[in-house]
Amino acid sequence: MNIKTIIFTIVISVFSSLNILAEEHMNHGDKDIKTEIKETIAHHLMDSHDFVLTHDISFSLPIILYTDGNLDIFSSSNFHHGTTPHTVNGRTYSLDHGHIIEASGLHPIDFSITKNVTFIMIVFLIMLIMFTRMAKSYKKNALPNGMGRLLEPIVLYIRDDIAIPNIGEKHYKKYMSYLLTVFFFIWIINLFGLTPLGVNVTNNIAVTFSLALITYVLTTVTANKSYWGHIFWMPGVPIPMKFILAPIELLGTIIKPFSLMIRLYANITAGHVVLMSILGMIFIFKGWVGSSLSFGLAFALSLLELLVAALQAYIFTMLSALYFGAAVEEHHHE
Amino acid sequence: MDKLINDFSVGLFFWQSLLFIALILLLKKFAWGPILTAVEEREDGIKDALEAAEKAKAEMQALNADNERILAEARIERDALLKEAREIKDGIVNDAKELANTEADKILTTAKDQINNEKMKAMTELKNTVATLSIDIAEKVLRSELADKKKQEDLVANALKETELN
Repeated sequence: MNIKTIIFTIVISVFSSLNILAEEHMNHGDKDIKTEIKETIAHHLMDSHDFVLTHDISFSLPIILYTDGNLDIFSSSNFHHGTTPHTVNGRTYSLDHGHIIEASGLHPIDFSITKNVTFIMIVFLIMLIMFTRMAKSYKKNALPNGMGRLLEPIVLYIRDDIAIPNIGEKHYKKYMSYLLTVFFFIWIINLFGLTPLGVNVTNNIAVTFSLALITYVLTTVTANKSYWGHIFWMPGVPIPMKFILAPIELLGTIIKPFSLMIRLYANITAGHVVLMSILGMIFIFKGWVGSSLSFGLAFALSLLELLVAALQAYIFTMLSALYFGAAVEEHHHE
Repeated sequence: MDKLINDFSVGLFFWQSLLFIALILLLKKFAWGPILTAVEEREDGIKDALEAAEKAKAEMQALNADNERILAEARIERDALLKEAREIKDGIVNDAKELANTEADKILTTAKDQINNEKMKAMTELKNTVATLSIDIAEKVLRSELADKKKQEDLVANALKETELN
């Protein structure tokens, strides 16, 4: 893919985003434009139970609810974009700003296949097909072909410049699957967030929490004696200090993955908010100069976001590797 | 922070965790495992090939050095052989010369001896011949001297005289 194609894609994606804003604008013409832009952005950042491409083209997604020990499954089309409630098995559900509430005050747990879940599934399939095909190509030839040619240097980069220096030759192999999967998953799903499809998965705290939790669990489960020794009984410091350091160190083990979670969430959310705000400015200025300025700015920011998409994936992978490295590091004291 | 907790979707967390862990396990089995193994095998292959090439190069160099050494040795040997041959040749020539000299000397001595012998023989013969001739002449002279009586008597007288004197 050459530069021209990339620029073309970005321009298209900026225009399409404008389209989404414009649609919103037409729908609620009576509201103040600034509040409306704010609402649109907030709406965009939220998960939704149907997948709206444009105003006319939208897909209904299945809703799966676990209420009071019962599983209720129905299509989101029954809500008619949140305008009508739906009754199933004697329980009446309605959509309120993206959240499903039950009429009689029960608290349903929402396991619906939402827009984000759909995209997690799509990325799941893309990665599965992409990398199994790449693996198959090695059976015929020692050199990669097709997609493998692009992916192999990245795989090797993660192995040689992230895993081995941070974890060490001896232990890195058992973490490779996770590091590679998490890198490509975050990167691809971040790139999807930049397309005009209007998804953004990694700006959901639940998603980043899940990823960070896996890093935390892996670190904790695979940690060696020396790692725990350094947490509960820090060697080389006076005894009273050991008592003070223990809770701090213990908290540190939780703060590390917590920072992973917040970093990814905040970076991607901020990127989307700024990008959409700049696009929103076009509707506020309503003039040639301001609008084209906003468009140029949005274009530049999209390029930046392309970088951020890869960068955040890199940082997450890098720091995970660093934490794993600390967990299996062999200290030589005394 | 409240917003974060409110926004937290259990469903999304569930699906993300489920799909992501499944993805890790599936990719580990069907992608990362084979890919990393293939890449490592290739890297090992390249490393081995490079090492083999390096080894071959070293062997080649050793072979060259060996060749050079053998060549040098051969040259030294050739020189030694040539020297030896020259010495042998010189020896043979010298021996021959010496032999020839002694032989010539021997021949010369023999010749000289023979000449001397012949000379002596000739001398003796000459002496004998001269003696015979002298006797013959003396006979002839005596015969002519003693032809008359007087002369014979004189001679006897003289001879007696001489005897008396003694």
